Amino acid sequence: MHKAQSVTIDDVKKIAKLASLNILPEEEKKFAEQFSQIVEVVNELNEINTNGIPETYQVTNLVNITRDDVVDHSRVLSQELALSQAKKTHAGFFVVSRVIDSTDET
Amino acid sequence: MKYTPLIGLEVHVELNTLSKMFCSCPADHFAKKPNTQTCPVCLGLPGALPVPNKKAIENCIMIGLALNCKINKLSKFDRKQYFYPDLSKGYQISQYDQPFCTEGSIILDSGKAICIERVHQEEDTGKLQHTVLDGEKVTLVDYNRSGVPLVEIVSKPDMESSVEAKEYLKKIHEIVRALGVSSADMEKGEMRLEPTINVKIEDEHGVHFTPLVEVKNINSFNFASQAIDFEIKRQIEEFEKTGIEKSTSNKTTRGYDSAKKITFLQRTKEEAKDYRYFPEPDIPPFVLEDDYIEDLRKKLPLLPDQVISSLVNEGVEPKYAKILYANEKALVAFGTYKNEEGIDKAKLSSLIANKKINLDQDIVTQYQKLNQIGITDVSVLASIVEEIIASNPSLVADYQKGKTTVLGFFVGQAMKQTGGKADPHTLNSIILTMLGKTG
Amino acid sequence: MKELHTLTIKEVHEGYINGDFTCTDLVKHFLRRIEKYNPKLNIFLNLNSKAVEQAEALDREINEKGIDRPLLGIPFAIKDNFLTLGIETTAASNILKGYFPQYESSVTQKLLDAGAIFLGKTNMDSFAHGSSTESSDFGPTLNPWNPERLPGGSSGGSAAAISAQLATAALGSETAGSIRQPAAWCGVTGFKPTYGRAGRYGCIAMASSTDSPGPLTKNIADAAIITKVISGKDPFDATTSSLPVDDYPQFLGKKDLKGVKIALVKEYLLSQMRQDVKDQIITAVSKLKELGAQVDEISLLDPKYSIGVYTVIQRSEVSSNLSRFDGIRFGHNRDALCQETKRRIMLGTYTLSAGYYDAYYKKALAVRTKIVDEFTKVFESYDAIVGAVSPGPAQKVGATKDQPMFGEMEDVLLEASSIAGLSGAGVPCGFVDNLPIGLQITCAQFNEKKAFEIADCYQRNTDHVKFPDLDKTI
Repeated sequence: MHKAQSVTIDDVKKIAKLASLNILPEEEKKFAEQFSQIVEVVNELNEINTNGIPETYQVTNLVNITRDDVVDHSRVLSQELALSQAKKTHAGFFVVSRVIDSTDET
Repeated sequence: MKYTPLIGLEVHVELNTLSKMFCSCPADHFAKKPNTQTCPVCLGLPGALPVPNKKAIENCIMIGLALNCKINKLSKFDRKQYFYPDLSKGYQISQYDQPFCTEGSIILDSGKAICIERVHQEEDTGKLQHTVLDGEKVTLVDYNRSGVPLVEIVSKPDMESSVEAKEYLKKIHEIVRALGVSSADMEKGEMRLEPTINVKIEDEHGVHFTPLVEVKNINSFNFASQAIDFEIKRQIEEFEKTGIEKSTSNKTTRGYDSAKKITFLQRTKEEAKDYRYFPEPDIPPFVLEDDYIEDLRKKLPLLPDQVISSLVNEGVEPKYAKILYANEKALVAFGTYKNEEGIDKAKLSSLIANKKINLDQDIVTQYQKLNQIGITDVSVLASIVEEIIASNPSLVADYQKGKTTVLGFFVGQAMKQTGGKADPHTLNSIILTMLGKTG
Repeated sequence: MKELHTLTIKEVHEGYINGDFTCTDLVKHFLRRIEKYNPKLNIFLNLNSKAVEQAEALDREINEKGIDRPLLGIPFAIKDNFLTLGIETTAASNILKGYFPQYESSVTQKLLDAGAIFLGKTNMDSFAHGSSTESSDFGPTLNPWNPERLPGGSSGGSAAAISAQLATAALGSETAGSIRQPAAWCGVTGFKPTYGRAGRYGCIAMASSTDSPGPLTKNIADAAIITKVISGKDPFDATTSSLPVDDYPQFLGKKDLKGVKIALVKEYLLSQMRQDVKDQIITAVSKLKELGAQVDEISLLDPKYSIGVYTVIQRSEVSSNLSRFDGIRFGHNRDALCQETKRRIMLGTYTLSAGYYDAYYKKALAVRTKIVDEFTKVFESYDAIVGAVSPGPAQKVGATKDQPMFGEMEDVLLEASSIAGLSGAGVPCGFVDNLPIGLQITCAQFNEKKAFEIADCYQRNTDHVKFPDLDKTI
């Protein structure tokens, strides 16, 4: 029995882009099928009435957790250590191939 | 045809806390060697977690209070998600639907209120530098600035001219500096601005709105003003050509070229961004009680408009009040001596503002000297002037021919004869009167 | 004398004090066993190259001061999602192959401060995305009871390390079942502290709102000692509690469970569960009654709903937490992520995306409220909830193939308690098909002491703490 697919290949393409993941064309179909299966399970939640019920984002019951405005030099990484695990560095900087010139975001 | 520009401003203020927003790295990153002020948290290493800076939050709320905002009792941080090399975690911790402050305002000198939609907290990104390495185009990334606390102030599109926008920006700048939460040095990027502009056009067909344009890369108030003026003009021309109106999908971003004084399109197609905001699970929410907020309100220093108002109430002319406020030394000097015996507040403020008084020397003495009332006795001065006129008939003849510069000679002579004590004002009018009577 | 690898923490310390053996002896003994059995079982991904040297230093301390730290000289297997200075840390993913952390995680630092010594890093489902250890990029770990079976996950390596007796104790983490389920499948003891009891700083994040570091051990007594060491407010984790840490070992040794009220959740005896598995649980419950506990059958929200809630919350948070793996500051590029991880990231991206956020994420969080409220009510009248840990015993290698929700399905009995941030023990309670079955004893938040009390009493009065003879089983 063929079930209607709720997540399409187009959806998968869009999601992959948002998630900065390369999905090969042959994988797209498989992902779409699997997502549809998962979404079906998740849709069962609609059987539960949640009208007027607030969301629980955190189970800690904590509020107002902050730290004092103090510098802790012992926790600052040396430049060497900060760069130590990167594939490409140059003169103290991390290096990536040229991004589109964007004074975007902040 | 009626054109009403609608200008909104988004201002980012870099706070001057000692440490970063979510970690204890130093926040002062200007001119430091790259990647020497990072830790697992701001570098976005696996397993690292954010812990909010108490002072940064207080500073954000103080800014909100100074801008007459409502402080939300319940607030939280949210993740704003997108990929970019300067964003080490792949998301920015910011505030979405429950920011610390909402619904504030700035009153312009004209009395017009500019509504402030929100004042919220977020973290700064790292810095990018484009260059070429071994023939390849690359981008260099420095995370020293990553995680530095920012406060974002968003206005409603209530400004209708570049003049209003500039005034709004100046007031924000002054307030932030008065609070002591940021030096707001534009050149250092400690205060960044982005206007969003469109124009309401009313013609015989009805009311139209041009598409929204956000302008980036503006780093001075003057540039902001120029960019806004250019944009308004450009949008009107564009509308007259194309008739395209604002829609939910045609907002564009333009950059500003300060050399050519123009704005230019940055992206050909503005894709709607899906930031997938959701509540930051690593940071518990905030419940701010009334007494906490009142304590912060009590800590507010006198704000610029309040100081200027109180000066004006004391008799200082508004233009001098602004000058005094802008110079702390001058303001302190005024405040120290204004109540001294024999000193007139208005006169003192005028002398200080006009730089007639050297603030490093004895102010009272200088005041007395400058404020000396000279000889105003008309009969005394008249007789002196009479004598000088009688002694200089040729000059009097020159004056009657139109050579008014000879007045200076008569004034000089009279001054000499009174040992410099003649009241200039009185003397001038006597000389003019008497010269007028000759010939 | 008992063989070194069979000794509990207390027995190891007694051995040190009596001079029966040194820490160096013990470490070398484990390293030999690892050399012999690890190639087949694939439990350890990387070993601590400095282990012997560190053991020697600890021996000097033991000689000078005796046992002055609670975990002094105790050899640990550490799940590979904890950042450990000097030891490669990969979270069992190719994207972190060759990654040497720049800092130590809070919990492993606490273990080190308590005198522990690390033998190496254990295999897991890549980024903890699974309940089998089959999604590791470095091959599955095999179950020491039966190498054709999986050890469970995601702390499969750590559970197998205890079962195979390749370390005295192990550290794992549980997002929803990842400590207790592999403990059940391997027949060892696992403990999940309350969310926020032990700090997550330095533990590679999976689901930020449920991840809980915790121990896998030979028995409850060891789990209590370790849980005490790793618990407490962490200044680098804003979600940790300031509540004082109870002295868990003090709550052990009760002779019976008189006065203890236990709830047996009807729905946790799943309809699809095999009868022989159900029988093990029923037998365990009888034991609890025999020990004096009052056991009532109660009804809770169908656990199937927890699957939906947990899937959405976990995958949403995962999709965000893995965004920092972009290959710029560390690691390789995102193509190195395995299929399961990519699948979870994408599903999570989908559930948070515009147009779907309300339908999925918000909805899941509202159902979460219902689940939390339900537990709060139950714990007003009961000290603990018991039931099976897992619907069945360890599954065969290959079982996860083409099962996009394998993990969430396997953890169905533990998801609700994880979503609510509760604490709980998992202890072996019998065998089926020569494979271990586990019992969960779940308590309210910050009531670890009760879970320890009940689990310990049960364990001491039964004989289910067993370890396979590797030369026979594998």
